[in-house]
Amino acid sequence: MSRKVVVLGEVRDGSLRNVSFEAIAAAKTVAEGGEVIGVLVGESVSALSAELVQNGADRVVLVENEKLKQYTSDGYAQALLAVIDQEQPEGLVLGHTALGKDLAPRIAGKLSSGLISDVTAVEEAGGNIVFTRPIYSGKAFEKKIVTDGLIFATVRPNNIAPLEKDESRAGEVSSLSVDIKDLRAIIKEVVRKASEGVDLSEAKVVISGGRGVKSAEGFEPLKELAQVLGGAVGASRGACDADYCDYSLQIGQTGKVVTPDLYIACGISGAIQHLAGMSNSKVIVAINKDPEANIFKIADYGIVGDLFEAVPLLTEEFKKLKVHS
Amino acid sequence: MNIYVLMKRTFDTEEKISISGGKINEDGAEFIINPYDEYAIEEAIQLRDANGGEITVLSVGNEETEKQLRTALAMGADKAVLINTEDDIENGDQYTTAKILAEYLKDKDADLIIGGNVAIDGGSGQVGPRVAELLNIPYVTTITKLEIEGTNVTVTRDVEGDAEIIETSLPLLITAQQGLNEPRYPSLPGIMKAKKKPLEELELDDLDLEEDDVEAKTKTIEIYLPPKKEAGKVLAGDLNDQVKELVHLLHTEAKVI
Repeated sequence: MSRKVVVLGEVRDGSLRNVSFEAIAAAKTVAEGGEVIGVLVGESVSALSAELVQNGADRVVLVENEKLKQYTSDGYAQALLAVIDQEQPEGLVLGHTALGKDLAPRIAGKLSSGLISDVTAVEEAGGNIVFTRPIYSGKAFEKKIVTDGLIFATVRPNNIAPLEKDESRAGEVSSLSVDIKDLRAIIKEVVRKASEGVDLSEAKVVISGGRGVKSAEGFEPLKELAQVLGGAVGASRGACDADYCDYSLQIGQTGKVVTPDLYIACGISGAIQHLAGMSNSKVIVAINKDPEANIFKIADYGIVGDLFEAVPLLTEEFKKLKVHS
Repeated sequence: MNIYVLMKRTFDTEEKISISGGKINEDGAEFIINPYDEYAIEEAIQLRDANGGEITVLSVGNEETEKQLRTALAMGADKAVLINTEDDIENGDQYTTAKILAEYLKDKDADLIIGGNVAIDGGSGQVGPRVAELLNIPYVTTITKLEIEGTNVTVTRDVEGDAEIIETSLPLLITAQQGLNEPRYPSLPGIMKAKKKPLEELELDDLDLEEDDVEAKTKTIEIYLPPKKEAGKVLAGDLNDQVKELVHLLHTEAKVI
């Protein structure tokens, strides 16, 4: 049963976010042989079309307008709905990012459709497209299907493998002109807080600090390790509450949920709420002075020791590894 | 100001999840107000105290949801409304919930509708934007600061760590992110007062809705627990050696570096 599926490519700072390619891969499964159409929305985004096609889109529709330079719900909804109106797809996939979380439910509301959010796997099974997603912050998983209408999903970053890039792939790029009006919420200013390093929700490696880090300066060795490994820095609620770091680093049931390949927990005891945010990491390493710390129960590897000694040593050791590989 | 707060009853964050009969086992579980909805209730209270007005806390749920609505009243909300769907709907989804809420809200002339940005059980975060769309009012999600002057609104939105300062106006729907405020604990006098505050219970009939009108568009076909993690290796020996061993294992055994 082949379907036409639209995918929104997400652009940040002039490049396509990885989740765009993961969304295309998911869309391919939903399409079951049908056409996958990449959509780019922004002021001037045509240069990114080729990359969407190389990563699996069959063709690209551009909606370019100076009013779309920054994301607004009103602007992007008008743009995407115009594409949907033109293409009449049977499937729609977005990344489960800040943008996707904000926009997708609105589109679903407008179209009176279902929406399956924060999907970690997609497969065809028993005549249905089955979506897997975490619930209760990853303490359990559910498999869901759409029973009526548009097959619409948002995909959690870093969980669905993108298709293999094929630089020889080419596809038609067309433009859709949309009159963007009545933006009811205007961004006046953007304050960049997420400073150095990789985005936490897309990072393949996360180095995380807890109360054991003891101070804001205590995060420095963790930042260095993250830099050597090309990873992001996260934190437990305890560290954020104690003002050792900003809440945007918090990983846990009421913070971010991450699924990196490697999660190194430093000075984190492992409260159930924190585990909910990281227990589905592929490999977990725990460094804690307390041998009884809960975190050791779910860690693949553990070091009982002082993180201020262990982390710099790890950084040195990884540097050596990188030099030799 | 006519303020409505969207609230959901969820498992307590300490709860271990178990499955029975293919569904999440609720026996003996502690329930709470979804933590993100607490920020919404607190923000509403602060706004009403500063600007005057009335707060109605609204929830789609079952009989048990009354407890959490009373807690919201005890915190300081003025009225509560429970839309009890227990007898009418077996398996609703976000389409269902949003449609019901929007149907209730459509003639209420709300100035501000506030919800938590996501529920810690479902984790989808869809209902807020869906309701705003159905009511055709603007919305801003994941806000960490709210300032209202007349009908002019300035909000700060958390976008994966960055902060966007956004200008918009009432009527508006917003969803709360952690850091918006520090929700108060209900006081004893608050708890006593809450018993007398109005808590209205409605069913689909009262909203002129049929089960067909709000039938779910999606369905859960399976729920399962993630595989239990086997005990890992706690390394031993001199710290230097442990570190070398760890790097070696991560490279050769786990193959993540």
